[in-house]
Amino acid sequence: MEIPRHWRLKKQRYALVGEVCPHCEKKIFPPRDICPNCGNEARDLFAFSGKGEVYSYTTIYEAPSGYDSTTPYTVALVKLDEGPIVTAQLTDQGEQPTEIGMPVEMVTRKMRDDGDERGMIVYGYKFRPVLKN
Amino acid sequence: MEDVMITGVGQTPVAEHWDIGLRDLAFAAIQDAIHDAGGIKPQAIYIGNMLAPNLSNQAHLGALFADFSGLTGIEAVTVEAADASGGAALRQGYLAVKSGLVQTALVLGVEKMTDKIGSSVQAALATTGDADYEAVQGVTPTVQAAMTMQRYIHEHDMPIDGFAGFALTAHKNGTGNPDAMYRSGLQLEAYSSAEKTSDPMNIYDVAPRADGAAALILTRSDLLPSNPHEMQVRIAGSSSAVDTLALHDRKDLLYFEAVQLAAGKAMKQEGVLLEDIDLFEYHDSFSIYAALALESVGFAIRGKGWKLAAEGEISIDGRIPCATMGGLKARGFPGGATGVYQAVEAVIQLRGNAGVNQVKDASCALLLSMGGPGSTGVCHILRTRRV
Ligand SMILES: [Zn+2]
Repeated sequence: MEIPRHWRLKKQRYALVGEVCPHCEKKIFPPRDICPNCGNEARDLFAFSGKGEVYSYTTIYEAPSGYDSTTPYTVALVKLDEGPIVTAQLTDQGEQPTEIGMPVEMVTRKMRDDGDERGMIVYGYKFRPVLKN
Repeated sequence: MEDVMITGVGQTPVAEHWDIGLRDLAFAAIQDAIHDAGGIKPQAIYIGNMLAPNLSNQAHLGALFADFSGLTGIEAVTVEAADASGGAALRQGYLAVKSGLVQTALVLGVEKMTDKIGSSVQAALATTGDADYEAVQGVTPTVQAAMTMQRYIHEHDMPIDGFAGFALTAHKNGTGNPDAMYRSGLQLEAYSSAEKTSDPMNIYDVAPRADGAAALILTRSDLLPSNPHEMQVRIAGSSSAVDTLALHDRKDLLYFEAVQLAAGKAMKQEGVLLEDIDLFEYHDSFSIYAALALESVGFAIRGKGWKLAAEGEISIDGRIPCATMGGLKARGFPGGATGVYQAVEAVIQLRGNAGVNQVKDASCALLLSMGGPGSTGVCHILRTRRV
């Protein structure tokens, strides 16, 4: 179930809120409070734009419990425009094949079913190909 | 300070042991190692295990195994570092004996994968990554490795079956190891035509997880039993380092800094050079990790690790023999027990008892036990000492 855990992470899950280092300006996601660039404390919140590109990816057929119902699914390392890389599922691709360098943007989707009788559903970020207009 | 010797080794075959429970597996390896060491009894047990609390609903392995082995009264604890648990337990045993506070230590690696099946096992394995930012996205170790391999292929110019050499070498060596899970070899055609399981990996790029237990008796050189093996093996280097837990936090996705640090420090302890190393037991849970291990330790330049395998340099009679008893791919991959299996196999090589798999005149082995995609690296150097 883990309700407190998912509640605690809602800013990250729903709005990609990370941090920016006040010392060296490095943008940080996921938040970690110590800047990986300069080693100083970094607690200033920073909301990422949700834009980025696929850095690497794969498709999984043998899923962990809680994810079986959506198998197969594609997971990517997405390099955000602001710098950091984030791990996320890709969605809304239709017939479009995944490629390294493909521009993507964040959307909010169902992440997993906890699968117990209370049926808690976890929502969070996934990425989809940038819609062409 | 006295040398730390590995004077007894024991192991069970790696397999799907449906009929053997966690405690029985552990006891088989413990009994085997104590017997091999001439019957000396340990004062402490260091256990490398990753998933027993999850897959077997069993924590507190120290008390369980000491009790079940008739060794109550001694000290016994579990050491956990994902798939590097075995190497991490060996390091704790080494530190204990080297310090002089423990005279004889038993290092046990044990993993029971088959108490659960399918998606429950994948969910358990996923706990070795970052729960909040990787596992929640449906990421498992297979996903991490496949994304690493995808990027490697993207950045480096290589043939489509460039990774085949790792599986071919491992399976060839598996044919000569009676305790290996796969002993019938593998042909290139089978590799090349295998279905992709997690693009770009196929089934032969993924080591088969199974059950197993292996054990070592560590003691000081001045306490060796009266009927020791003619060729004794000592621990000539030991080191461990960690990197970021999550793959996405790496500065460089294609370089295992923790492996480089652990190997470098272990070698520096007695000034061992790369050319002194006769065999390298790497952590080939996935082909890509074998390639990156060769590059991170320095046996290959970046982007060329796969080439050592493709050109036969890692075979038994090659420049740097790897996975000499089948590696994780063919001997089988018993999770957190793996690092102890590697040590058992290296001792067999250094004693000159490896049969058709014998590396000629082997006197120095490098072991790499790895957790996650290079998140933990534990390295040991074993060398011979005639008595
Ligand atoms: Zn900074």
